[in-house]
Amino acid sequence: MSLLEVEDLHVSFATPDGVLPAVRGVSFDVEPGETLGIVGESGSGKSVSTQTIVGLTRGARVSGQARFEGRDLLTTPASELRRIRGAQIGMIFQDPLSSLHPNYRVGWQIVEMIRAHESVSRKDARQRAVELLELVGIPTPAQRVRDYPHQFSGGMRQRVMIAMALALNPKLLIADEPTTALDVTVQAQIMTLIKSLQREFGTAVILITHDLGVIADVADRVVVMYAGKPLEYADKRTLYHQPHHPYTEGLISSLPQRGDRGSALRSIPGLPPSLLRIPPGCPFQPRCDYATDRCRSDEPPMRDVEGGQNHVSACWLPPDAIGTDAQAVLRRRLASHDDGTVERDTAVDSAASA
Amino acid sequence: MTAAAVSRVDTTDAETLLELVDIVKRFPVRSGRRFGRPSEHVHALAGINLTVRRGETLGLVGESGCGKSTLARCITRLHDITSGTISFDGQDISALSRRRLRPLRRKMQMVFQDPYGSLNPRRRVGSIIGDPFANNGVASGEERKRRVQELMRLVGLSPEHYNRFPTEFSGGQRQRIGLARALALNPELVVCDEPVSALDVSIQAQIINLLAELQRKLGLTYLFIAHDLSVVRHVSDRIAVMYLGRIVEIAETEDLFTHPRHPYTQALLSAVPNPDPDQVDDGARIVLTGDVPSPVHPPTGCRFHPRCPRARERCRIDDPELTVGSEPDAVPTHAFACHYPIPDSEPGRTA
Repeated sequence: MSLLEVEDLHVSFATPDGVLPAVRGVSFDVEPGETLGIVGESGSGKSVSTQTIVGLTRGARVSGQARFEGRDLLTTPASELRRIRGAQIGMIFQDPLSSLHPNYRVGWQIVEMIRAHESVSRKDARQRAVELLELVGIPTPAQRVRDYPHQFSGGMRQRVMIAMALALNPKLLIADEPTTALDVTVQAQIMTLIKSLQREFGTAVILITHDLGVIADVADRVVVMYAGKPLEYADKRTLYHQPHHPYTEGLISSLPQRGDRGSALRSIPGLPPSLLRIPPGCPFQPRCDYATDRCRSDEPPMRDVEGGQNHVSACWLPPDAIGTDAQAVLRRRLASHDDGTVERDTAVDSAASA
Repeated sequence: MTAAAVSRVDTTDAETLLELVDIVKRFPVRSGRRFGRPSEHVHALAGINLTVRRGETLGLVGESGCGKSTLARCITRLHDITSGTISFDGQDISALSRRRLRPLRRKMQMVFQDPYGSLNPRRRVGSIIGDPFANNGVASGEERKRRVQELMRLVGLSPEHYNRFPTEFSGGQRQRIGLARALALNPELVVCDEPVSALDVSIQAQIINLLAELQRKLGLTYLFIAHDLSVVRHVSDRIAVMYLGRIVEIAETEDLFTHPRHPYTQALLSAVPNPDPDQVDDGARIVLTGDVPSPVHPPTGCRFHPRCPRARERCRIDDPELTVGSEPDAVPTHAFACHYPIPDSEPGRTA
């Protein structure tokens, strides 16, 4: 049995402009000890999905299931969810400064967190806090527990957050953009720390990020999200070398690492849609080079991609049209002509021949 | 002497648009008492020597707090420098009064990181982009509107959106507005302070392409500041690496990426995560220990020595200068500030 099974999760919020569907049907599994990466741009619903699972989106309309060790978290009462959160599921957020209370010493905050879940004496909890800070690599932890959050640097604060998240040895750690606010050198330190702690304690990790570099570093499997929907699932190698969905392909080819220096990057034209006005058919269709009439009317379901294991993609392109290089593009075009079912967009054809 | 060392690095004077010599910037740290004398200083820039050539893109990289943005603000004279000289187009501008500076401001413009904070939310886009015209009395009325709309077209905005407010635009579009404003008076130098870091990946690529296109069309010179090394590598001709108020290494882009000489540059490059899972190599990664030291009390000697894996006794006492290496095959465009640089493994390479 998977540690966490999310099935057809929908989350929407009532806003003055109408109902905003932030998450529109997300399903994924997390096995014990593995790392699942969720990639997407702002507004893709990647954070809302995981926050809903742990009950942090109050006032949202939620449907679907999220079974943690067989138990549906979405129907669990708030009081019991509080006990699971922290003890069974740890969380790290992007901004470590606003996740820590500025007026309390760091040690006090860790002690409170431990004592909220376990009946231990203050003294023992304090000893644990010192050990935890030492575990995450904070020098002179016995002195540092008496410091306030502002006395720590950004990287050190994120280490404190990791210490708190791992304090009760959770089975699942949700890391929501844990290194986005940090410098690359510090990011390398934090990702190395998360990896080594994961190896030591066998914790499963859900890593939410917009950075494909971080995904390549730590994730096992990856979900790509766009406009509240998952568009593609694959293991990280398949995703990088043989993406099927044109959005994934666009994301990878707009990375500066891929382009030759000085040449134009292959960017994705246009903007992500507003969630209040999601286009008909495939949500990516207005920005997609391969869009056909079918894409504009019918929303593609998740389908298996040819040759891939557990590789699924929500796109009408033939299941064997994979890869980011020009050859693959050609293959796709040929394939779509051979089918005889798809009509090419003339604009795309002229752009491609130019 | 440091200046002499650097002029050996950059000998093409006719091409120099901007020259910085020994730029020092200190910010006072005030003590608790209200009228107390500042007892300490943040040493934000500690002797920067740098030249920017006409038409090139010079990338500036470093961790937060290393002084990248302070340097950008000193160049555009948004901060007054403590000592040193800034020459723009052969003219010393470091001591010019505000009034004398005004005509020069037209020639250097800045694009800021935060497309949300750098545009006044209560003013219409047309009037934001038209500000430089108004402030310099260049064009007014219909003429101004025509030129603003021309600029909007240039940066890929629809001229019909002249009367909209910034809130009606996305982050990428706002960055285009900031760019249009910067380009209004035909500047020669555009200082871009983290122009794409607040944007999503797909939008980031659009703005990088736009910057390159504008450079080709208008012959712009860019000083491009970013912490994302892959972005800097893509856009820059040369790259300067900063650490704690100093430039520790400067070289042509490919040279820097393939043959870093300073241990800090090497660590910085190795920390960049590679999006290709097959090229992730934990063994090659140099994880620096500790944090950047406080610029209020910078370390003695080489400022990097407390975190440096190659540091020896001399590094603690003796502050290395930014020079081209003394080896016979040293590349004249590649300068670094290190006593024990990483050996250049390929002796026969072309300079």
